[in-house]
Amino acid sequence: MKQLLKKLSEAYGPSGREEQVGRMIRDELKDYVDEIYTDNTGNLYAVKKGTGAKIMVAAHMDEIGVIVTFVEEKGFLRFSNVGGVNPHILLGQRMVFANGTIGTIGMEKLDDIKKLTLEKLYIDIGAKDREEAVAKVKVGDIATYNRDVVEAGNRIIGKAMDNRAGCAVLIKAMQELTKTDNEIYAVFTAQEEVGLRGSRTASYRLNPDLGFAVDVTLVGDTPEAPTMDVSLGKGPTVKVKDASVICHPKVKEMLESLAEKENIPYQLEVLIAGGTDAGAIHLSREGIPSGVISIPCRYVHTPGEMVDLDDMANAVRLLTLFLSQPLNMQEIFPCYLS
Amino acid sequence: MLLKRLTEAYGVSGDEGDIRDILKEELSGHADEVYTDALGNLFFRKGKGRGPKVMLAAHMDEIGLIVVGFEKSGLLRVHKVGGIDDRVLVSKPVVVGKNKVPGVIGAKAVHLQKPSERKKAIKIENLYIDLGVRSQDEAEKLVSLGDYVSLSAKTREAGDNCLIGKAFDDRVGCAILAELFKEDFDLDITAVFTVQEEVGLRGSGVAAYSIHPDVAIVVESTSASDVVGTKDASHVTTLGGGPAITLMDASYIAPQVIIDLFVQTAEKLGIPHQFRRLTTSGTDAGKIAQTHAGILTGLVSVPCRYIHSPASIININDVQNTSRLVKGVLNVIAEGGLTLETTTEKIK
Repeated sequence: MKQLLKKLSEAYGPSGREEQVGRMIRDELKDYVDEIYTDNTGNLYAVKKGTGAKIMVAAHMDEIGVIVTFVEEKGFLRFSNVGGVNPHILLGQRMVFANGTIGTIGMEKLDDIKKLTLEKLYIDIGAKDREEAVAKVKVGDIATYNRDVVEAGNRIIGKAMDNRAGCAVLIKAMQELTKTDNEIYAVFTAQEEVGLRGSRTASYRLNPDLGFAVDVTLVGDTPEAPTMDVSLGKGPTVKVKDASVICHPKVKEMLESLAEKENIPYQLEVLIAGGTDAGAIHLSREGIPSGVISIPCRYVHTPGEMVDLDDMANAVRLLTLFLSQPLNMQEIFPCYLS
Repeated sequence: MLLKRLTEAYGVSGDEGDIRDILKEELSGHADEVYTDALGNLFFRKGKGRGPKVMLAAHMDEIGLIVVGFEKSGLLRVHKVGGIDDRVLVSKPVVVGKNKVPGVIGAKAVHLQKPSERKKAIKIENLYIDLGVRSQDEAEKLVSLGDYVSLSAKTREAGDNCLIGKAFDDRVGCAILAELFKEDFDLDITAVFTVQEEVGLRGSGVAAYSIHPDVAIVVESTSASDVVGTKDASHVTTLGGGPAITLMDASYIAPQVIIDLFVQTAEKLGIPHQFRRLTTSGTDAGKIAQTHAGILTGLVSVPCRYIHSPASIININDVQNTSRLVKGVLNVIAEGGLTLETTTEKIK
């Protein structure tokens, strides 16, 4: 798991440019699934055929980044955000482009740091002038944090744990899934960070019986953290709600009772702000019962995101067990009036 | 000139009938099929049914106001329809309702304003439409609650091959697509003139759903902010700099194959072009790309200064070059130059 997570985390894959991550995932899964394909939005599908319930599990591949909007005479690159990027976090960061070009983020003179906005920042790739800069980077190129993974005990620090940690869990689950009648669609989605766009078109395409997302979630266990009853290392979470989805009560209940039965540590998650792919999936077509398993993650959307390996291992167990159990959809859904 | 006719016509979001009529008249003879849908989108289809199915889209609607109340004095209270800057509204001539009743957007005269009032833009709540009547009764004989209010402006030529007028956003897209639709392409083409873009991309989604094309091209108008007080990096686009290809906006990220298609076509044909250097604001392209299981979508825009005002400026060279670029792209698609099948092959 450690090796896989390191590889995925260090890979380049901002929203809309997920191919490099997609290739890695394809290589990991091609011997374990019946079909692999992509689509117009950039999603990667890995399919295990079956005759039982049709289950879609989404883990988004994309990470936040910055997109070059203008190259100055002197070779400095101006940029805008791709997804939720905080200008204060960007200060002093190293950024990397798809072709490997690396730059550092500089700041205009500012009399008050509180006034820092993205417009005051630029990327310096060491170019002497515009000509030298555009030989390496063009307007429209997207950069992500450049950051190696490090181990901190049983915890891992790095960029893009949101959501390569989820990708790693889904990959492992697909590899460990052996016998099941269910038809499983592992969808490594694109463009989640800019508005759940990949999962929207993927769930329309698949029209599954049941939808899942595997993503990271915020925690409330750090100094002066916003109140939230999720801690790092206490197990994966079963999501109750966030800003994008109220998880289907039956799905939540099934995940909880499975975790109880199998003695898998878990936490219930109510996330005040932020959304995940299940937000798009559950509103697809006529509505699709959906749930979320999250991996607690500290310092989300910084280059120092931290996850716990036990949380991930337990997420794999919970997901694998859920996907392999027989599901009689007629019996389980709809359940509101029963 | 079709563009002049289209821009001078009135068609606030939800009230696009006049624009629909002009386009029907202009294009009916060139289409195999003409139809509208429940929202008011206007479709023209023609083609040989071979090759990829292409959707072309431009929105018919423009920003404006809507009548929400009458004062005893006969003045009209209004709300905005779409994104309008309060500062552009005061003292502008308008027309109200089906009968195009003339009026003006009024506000307290400068002499009567307190010093503090003069420092701020007057909010829509403090603006009103003056029809030149003296009572509510008289006003109600002329217009009704819920009537649309459109800014009114003639389209004039100016300077170095430019036009000044209103509603270039997106009648210029409509005009470009209407002229292109008359030409022959070896493609199954549906041109859609969409409704209600300015109030939330509402027409394009259902249009794309019903056509279900292999590829869609949206022609828009976008801000040119190459003016006083804006740094180079914030110009968004440059007037006269050629068609602006969108890489990313609030609703859409251009797929690399689409960027390559537009840039390579422009380079091959020697068409000046630029990228839109702003990533906020949404367009029909975002909505279309998210329809069905995802539709390959491209977005190109004509730069427009003072957009969303009745005195916008566009450059005719930009209009012609945008048209040439879209035509070139359609020809490339017709020749099989765009890979549509995305399979495992894509990830190598």
